[in-house]
Amino acid sequence: MNDNPVLTESTYYILLSLYTPQHGYGIMQRTEALSGGRVRLAAGTLYGALTSLCDKGWIKPLPIAADSRKKEYCLTEKGLEVLKNELNRLRQLVANGETVLKEENA
Amino acid sequence: MKEEKVIHRWFWVWNFEKEERWLNTMAQSGWALTKVGFCTYHFVPCQPGEYTVRLEMHEPDKDYLQFMQDIGAEYVGRMVQWVYFRRKAELGQFDLFSDLDSKIGHLRKIGRTLAIIGGANLLIGLINSLGAVSIGWLNLLCATLLMYALGRIHGKMESLEKDQLLLEA
Repeated sequence: MNDNPVLTESTYYILLSLYTPQHGYGIMQRTEALSGGRVRLAAGTLYGALTSLCDKGWIKPLPIAADSRKKEYCLTEKGLEVLKNELNRLRQLVANGETVLKEENA
Repeated sequence: MKEEKVIHRWFWVWNFEKEERWLNTMAQSGWALTKVGFCTYHFVPCQPGEYTVRLEMHEPDKDYLQFMQDIGAEYVGRMVQWVYFRRKAELGQFDLFSDLDSKIGHLRKIGRTLAIIGGANLLIGLINSLGAVSIGWLNLLCATLLMYALGRIHGKMESLEKDQLLLEA
């Protein structure tokens, strides 16, 4: 694993959704809303990703509140850093795409 | 007494998607899955299309069942390593795997289980055949069938892995 990991779309949206604490269903809804309905996280995919992300220490489960049984997760500092690095990588992707395609159009 | 329909049907392990499609066709025609057993499916009447049914190979995991409950899915039952869920269709699309990584991961899990049971049958079959126990051939037959199933699952996996080189979902 290198220092600048490349995230999958699912991972990217899960981390982004967890900028504020959410439970599983919240992550699904937020991802769908953010992507304009294009990205839907399926239940098993999300559960597997949440488990792996906790193992990596990029997110962590919050203590379960007395008034709710639903497990909530939040981003860790390490997770936020990974997310910011990914955003920079994506900016470069977009910039390169725009530069090349603009040249073609000219 | 609520009306119940019990159907006995056999699906080969490599046809788990076909099994899932059949269970959803039943739900579409107003029969909701309520219980599963060995080659046995129990249904009760529901509104046509009220539920989406999904199944997957998953080890017993209380955390996972709680997670599924949190997202509005009901646990229907378990048959050996297979778990069955259903969710009201009005809650939106219900899927278990949305990207290639997790689809391949699921197939790998099925493959691993088949390989373990197949390997055990092969070993027992060989020992029994050498020791002149007359039912050794039965284990060897099981092993052959399980290895065939493993091949079918690997075939599915390979076609997804080809996509995975280029795509995410």
